[in-house]
Amino acid sequence: MKETPLHSVHVGLGARMVEFGGWHMPVQYASILAEGRTVRRTAGLFDLSHMGRLEIAGHDAIGLVDRVCTNHCARTPSGAIRYSLLCGEDGFPLDDLLFYRQESGVYLVVNASNTERDIQWIRSRTAGLEARVVDRTAEQAMLALQGPRSVEILASVVSGIDLGSIGYYKFAFGTVCGLPGTRISRTGYTGEDGFEIYLPAAEAERVWHEISRAGSPAGLLPIGLGARDVLRLEAGMALYGHEIDERTNPFEAGLAFAVALTPEKGDFVGRAALERLRSSTTRRLVGIVTEGPRVPRQGMELLEGDEGVGKVASGGVSPTLGTNIGSAFVRLGHDAEGRELEIDVRGRRQPCTVRELPFYSRTRKRTPASPVKP
Amino acid sequence: MRPNDRKYTKTHEWVKTEGDTVLIGITDFAVQELCSGNEGDLVYCDLPEPGRMVEVGETFGEIESVKAVADLNAPVAGTVVEINVSVEEHLEILSRDPWNAGWMVRLTPKTKSFEGSELMDAAAYEAFLAAQAH
Repeated sequence: MKETPLHSVHVGLGARMVEFGGWHMPVQYASILAEGRTVRRTAGLFDLSHMGRLEIAGHDAIGLVDRVCTNHCARTPSGAIRYSLLCGEDGFPLDDLLFYRQESGVYLVVNASNTERDIQWIRSRTAGLEARVVDRTAEQAMLALQGPRSVEILASVVSGIDLGSIGYYKFAFGTVCGLPGTRISRTGYTGEDGFEIYLPAAEAERVWHEISRAGSPAGLLPIGLGARDVLRLEAGMALYGHEIDERTNPFEAGLAFAVALTPEKGDFVGRAALERLRSSTTRRLVGIVTEGPRVPRQGMELLEGDEGVGKVASGGVSPTLGTNIGSAFVRLGHDAEGRELEIDVRGRRQPCTVRELPFYSRTRKRTPASPVKP
Repeated sequence: MRPNDRKYTKTHEWVKTEGDTVLIGITDFAVQELCSGNEGDLVYCDLPEPGRMVEVGETFGEIESVKAVADLNAPVAGTVVEINVSVEEHLEILSRDPWNAGWMVRLTPKTKSFEGSELMDAAAYEAFLAAQAH
């Protein structure tokens, strides 16, 4: 199992460590629910050094990204970030990722478990282009600082840049804990305001401790992958292996926003198949809430009467809503908000209700699922 | 050292004789695996109906935490006579006192003696856990 540059820090903090995507990672330092609430109320610090970080360099770097990714890189302004899929010729996702569009060159952040395959795949698609893929995963660490207090915390260790000038899904370079030229992006996987920063691996421990110290008066705590998972589920963000995999129609997973089927985008790997997939959806990714005691888990079947109408993709105990929640693919016609379904929990049925994703948005107040009866 | 007044299974249940019946619960290790010392992360526990007959190794309950579900398996064969309702309502008992207040099921065993079964005493269970850790 691979270890991040912060492995000994996690062990020292008493984290529960598990295998994730080939890495030995902290799933929790304290209660998963308490960690989730910390991120919503104050701020949390995450080690994300397991995620794959790839630099696409060369004269045709942007062209290569537009050849393999579903979103439109050339149209993305320099300094902006987009969520995208990496699909096979069949249009099914090999991975999901963020691309950071630079003046020349592109920086990709991909899933840990798919990093090697992504590198091979992208390299196999470079024919005729002057572009190369450089794996920066081992030499860099990646931290996320997430939560309403993250701006003020990061500002206290940053110089040479006004963090307020970095808009959502934008990035810039500044001095973090004395390290000039550090990549700082206003991104995250929790539904909160926050940042992701990229450092030389050798500096990871020092920066982790300096940010921890700077944030502790505001209530900053280290947060593990357990809370990260439920926070992203509340925020309606997909996780590869759950909401998407090699058999998922991206349009059923609500990812049309990441698939540019415009004339300007031109041809790309999987485009023809994706044009067909767009008009052949039979199910849709929705949220489910259940008042019952059991937690929805991946693979559980959803029933309406005796008819199987869907399958759970992810589930968890929501620290923000205070109920058990999940995401599920539900057959069209059974997917309307407010629809009453049942989850098959190991042979027993538990009622649940369809909800639109996301469950939580810090900027958008959601409308009630159904009119409140007087 | 874990209490030596009872026997242990490889699936982390304990069974303790009390008069003509036995009490069954799960070990501190099982609780730790479920919630890592955070009792608030235990979410649900399902115990069998009194009157149910079970065989050795049969799953007759479930304990769920935020991140996992664990089966409760019968360490011995017998008939369920009582369940600890307070554990179902206050899962934190499992974390605070898995050995006494945290008993889950009372069973009338089919046979008086557990000789020849795969049950372990406390020392053997500790050795089993130590071997698992490697």
